[in-house]
Amino acid sequence: MQKILIIGATSAIAKATARCFAERGDQLYLLARDQERLSDLANDLRIRGANTVAYAKFDTAAIEQYPSLLDKAIAELDGLDVVLIAHGTLSDQTACERSIELTLQELNTNAISVIGLLTLLANYFEQRKQGCIAVISSVAGDRGRQSNYIYGTAKGAITIFMQGLRNRLAKSNIQVLTIKPGFVNTPMTAAFKKGALWAEPEAIATGIVTAISKQKDIVYLPFWWRYIMLIIRTIPEHIFKRLSL
Amino acid sequence: MSLSKQTRQSTAMLTRLSGWGRYPQYQSNIFTPISLTTCQSHLATHTMPLIAHGMGRSYGDSALAEYVINTQELDCLLDFDTHSGQLTCHAGVSLAALLAVFVPKGWFLPVTPGTQFVSIGGAIASDVHGKNHHQHGCFSEYIVSLELLLGDGSRLRCSRSEHPELFHATCGGMGLTGLIINATLQLTAIHSAYINQITYKAANLEEVLALFAEHHAATYSVAWIDCLANNEALGRSLLMLGEHAPEGELHTRHRSKLSIPMEMPKQLLNHYSIRAFNTFYYQRIRQQQSTQCIHYEPFFYPLDGILHWNRLYGRNGFIQYQFVIPQAAGMEGLRTILKRIARSGRGSFLAVLKAFGKANANLLSFPIEGYTLALDFKLAPGLLELLHELDAMVLDFGGRLYLAKDARMHETTFKRSYPQWERFQAVREQYGAIGHFASLQSQRLGLN
Ligand SMILES: Cc1cc2nc3c(=O)[nH]c(=O)nc-3n(C[C@H](O)[C@H](O)[C@H](O)COP(=O)(O)OP(=O)(O)OC[C@H]3O[C@@H](n4cnc5c(N)ncnc54)[C@H](O)[C@@H]3O)c2cc1C
Repeated sequence: MQKILIIGATSAIAKATARCFAERGDQLYLLARDQERLSDLANDLRIRGANTVAYAKFDTAAIEQYPSLLDKAIAELDGLDVVLIAHGTLSDQTACERSIELTLQELNTNAISVIGLLTLLANYFEQRKQGCIAVISSVAGDRGRQSNYIYGTAKGAITIFMQGLRNRLAKSNIQVLTIKPGFVNTPMTAAFKKGALWAEPEAIATGIVTAISKQKDIVYLPFWWRYIMLIIRTIPEHIFKRLSL
Repeated sequence: MSLSKQTRQSTAMLTRLSGWGRYPQYQSNIFTPISLTTCQSHLATHTMPLIAHGMGRSYGDSALAEYVINTQELDCLLDFDTHSGQLTCHAGVSLAALLAVFVPKGWFLPVTPGTQFVSIGGAIASDVHGKNHHQHGCFSEYIVSLELLLGDGSRLRCSRSEHPELFHATCGGMGLTGLIINATLQLTAIHSAYINQITYKAANLEEVLALFAEHHAATYSVAWIDCLANNEALGRSLLMLGEHAPEGELHTRHRSKLSIPMEMPKQLLNHYSIRAFNTFYYQRIRQQQSTQCIHYEPFFYPLDGILHWNRLYGRNGFIQYQFVIPQAAGMEGLRTILKRIARSGRGSFLAVLKAFGKANANLLSFPIEGYTLALDFKLAPGLLELLHELDAMVLDFGGRLYLAKDARMHETTFKRSYPQWERFQAVREQYGAIGHFASLQSQRLGLN
């Protein structure tokens, strides 16, 4: 039985992952924006077999509340083995291009808030000398593309931050896992036309649970994205800049 | 990579939708609410008629409309009483998800259709039946109560004692009374995930109907018919009976799934390939009677092992034709209809025969006491005319067609065979559903 904190717990991938944890009988603490969805999900996870489930409302913008929220979660769980950070919004690229406010807001929710949380959590885990920090980044963070580079910038920032954190926490025996999903069929992507590369949240969830238990550093989900991104990253910039990706 | 078209969360998206039969197809604006509150506010601000869409396992156009609400994200289990086996959950929960959680705990669905990829909302709205209808009735029999979102966005609980007329209109009401948001249902205790199955070989229709009568006490029963066999072999079939094994392991299987990757060429399914398949399937069972202990998945959901099997029928799709005729018409009715189908040479991989028990009080629920036959027909020129001819025969024998499978029945056929349709409309009127909920099917059937 593990003590697990999930931030952004009602997002589709987090929900599916939480269900895997619940089936193992883990002890869960959920943070998310919407009270109604939190309470429904908490009931769901209890019925599925979670040992205990507690939750609290969490607003990414209220940075001043982060310390007390995390303290309360850790106190309620009586320790912390795994934290999964999963919140995020899919930015509207064209709208961002026309608005400083929107651009900064997207960077705040998708990158700054995560870095803020990790700042506190890193210190907790460093002292504790065991555990896992898992964060959902994205393949979009591997290379900037005209179609979604605001979202990509935020995810890229997280990926780099996690690299540094991994390097720092390696000597403290902490697993720092960067999760890079490709296209996932969630409400966030409801408006996209789906093709063969799309995966269901349940498949991503299984991948996350396995990556945590295998002590992985970076995981592409599904695995073939590792090779797709390898190709995308190696295209020379003078060619890449002319592609419409 | 085509992550180029960006849209904000929760906005409706325009998509080509179809039911499981892939006929007809329709451009729909789909909205996938992530919570009941978003769903409620959507209803309150949208005046146009819309329809609920569960997992799209109905075959025809009952879950199609210009505006559609997809319930897939409303998928939480809300309350479970470990003593009584009563579960409350959101309407978007799938039967598969429910079985995965509850079979290991020793609980099973009291009634299940032939696929587990349907939502609780879809199962209630179609008032689905299983292989135990003759013993246990329809799905709604086990619904203790349900909560509905009405056209104005308000929530209303109904049951056999609270707003009973709304309850009986909603169970089997094809989403036309409102959006079911959650339900409380009674699960059945089991001691094993396995089913003891007996298969009997019947040489013709007489034999199989006699076997149904003889084994009326069996919990589950269903027959597979070779609908291309003619003359003395007309109605030759395999009858399968099942009982929950009294003890054994309680586990769900995680089979690797086959998938039909794309539409199959038109020529694949023809008179010869179907005849060969049917003959093989029938001959495969050697003895007159054989016994097996099998896991519930292949017993109840033989086709779920092959994802997207509907693509076998090619680009144009197919129609499943399921009718019921009263017991009194039994032998003669089935014989007449089967002969007509055998003569047409339009075969079906799967023709499934079942004996239904008594009808229930729901206004549009399909089952009446008698026999039901379901057949798949590939969509091809002349098919609609043949089905129209079959409709007339079914009506003559006092029968009706299943709305969850229907994609083409005429309004007059519907209104003659579902005599309670006027009461159904009155209830819809009373609860403000008219003008708020409509599907392509309801428009075709004159339920405006
Ligand atoms: C392989 C296969 C085998 C089958 N076997 C059987 C069988 O043995 N017995 C049987 O009875 N049926 C059977 N069916 C039919 C199937 O059980 C029904 O069509 C079922 O209703 C599909 O559920 P769904 O969630 O996919 O609903 P959809 O197909 O999405 O919708 C069906 C209807 O339900 C309504 N609906 C869905 N959700 C809601 C909601 N939340 N509130 C209000 N209305 C709602 C829709 O508006 C629509 O009218 C089978 C189907 C397949 C594909």
